[in-house]
Amino acid sequence: MSLKAFHTIFVGAAVVLMAFLSGWTFLAYRRTGSAEYVVWSLVSAVSVIGLIAYGRFFLRKLRNVSFL
Amino acid sequence: MEIPYTYKARPDTGLYNAKVGIWLFLASEIMLFGALFSAYILLRVSAPVGFWPDVALGWPRGLLNIPIGTFNTAVLITSSVTVVLAWASLKMNNFARFRVYMVITVVCALAFLGIKSFEYNDKFSHYVVRLKDGKALTGHIEVNGKHPRFWNFNDQWSVAKLTEQKVEKIKVEVDPPRDIHGHVKKDAGHGAAAHAAQEVAVSDIESMGSYTPATHPFFAVYFLITALHGLHVLGGALVLAYFAFPGAKMWKSNPEQFINRIEVGGLFWHFVDLVWIFLFPVVYLL
Repeated sequence: MSLKAFHTIFVGAAVVLMAFLSGWTFLAYRRTGSAEYVVWSLVSAVSVIGLIAYGRFFLRKLRNVSFL
Repeated sequence: MEIPYTYKARPDTGLYNAKVGIWLFLASEIMLFGALFSAYILLRVSAPVGFWPDVALGWPRGLLNIPIGTFNTAVLITSSVTVVLAWASLKMNNFARFRVYMVITVVCALAFLGIKSFEYNDKFSHYVVRLKDGKALTGHIEVNGKHPRFWNFNDQWSVAKLTEQKVEKIKVEVDPPRDIHGHVKKDAGHGAAAHAAQEVAVSDIESMGSYTPATHPFFAVYFLITALHGLHVLGGALVLAYFAFPGAKMWKSNPEQFINRIEVGGLFWHFVDLVWIFLFPVVYLL
């Protein structure tokens, strides 16, 4: 497996983590009512979108490099 | 005789030697970290009811600083992006850009370790103080006007040691109360106001311990896995720094092999970061 393939998997894992963190902080907001958690949840959600966009850019940029 | 496939891929497998070698090494690393994660899960699920999570204190929830952990996660994700951009820069024949990305990667690694040592230091001065009336306090302590420091094991305090050194009172900056999920309670306030300092007579203390492995299995697992991970970050940073400077001479003599080296270093770095991606939610959030 090449660095390109491993990086794609890594970005996928980071997307899942950030989505989980966004949900976790939103639940924390529901429990505590603290506004900090809402901001945190939104930043995590935005980072999910950012990471997906980066992943697509990365795959387009290294189109000619093998996954092996 | 020249060793075959040091940089040219073997035609039947499509792999060069170092790539096979790093994946064999990473397979052994997966087993090592997998065993430690399994140990954590088994310790947690087989703990006596009320001990983990601790009913009285809510442990282990709320023990670690989640904003700092999140920031460190972002630092490591950034370093993975820069290491892959460094490799891509070499593929595009741009050595200057490769070096810039590599330096950013190493700086991220050092930042991660610096932040982690700050967290460790905090845990060594953070205590649980169990009183003879059955209550328990948690917070940072001060003995003779000084906070314990993690680089000095003589600075770790117990009731026996306090008695031996004829200390009569200690100061505890009591943590704000938390709910069972580890969140600070709504009416507890924030910042310094939430940490009310309280003097405690040593004669009233039943037992005490810092947030270190001897105090709770959670800390044993936390320090073991994060310290092992930290050593991997340090090792990876040293190798990547070598590639960025003294090892970069190979770019002139054998660029193809140099690109392969960066790819292998990048694979190790991604593994180290992937371990953190699993470690962060397991020890900080759940």
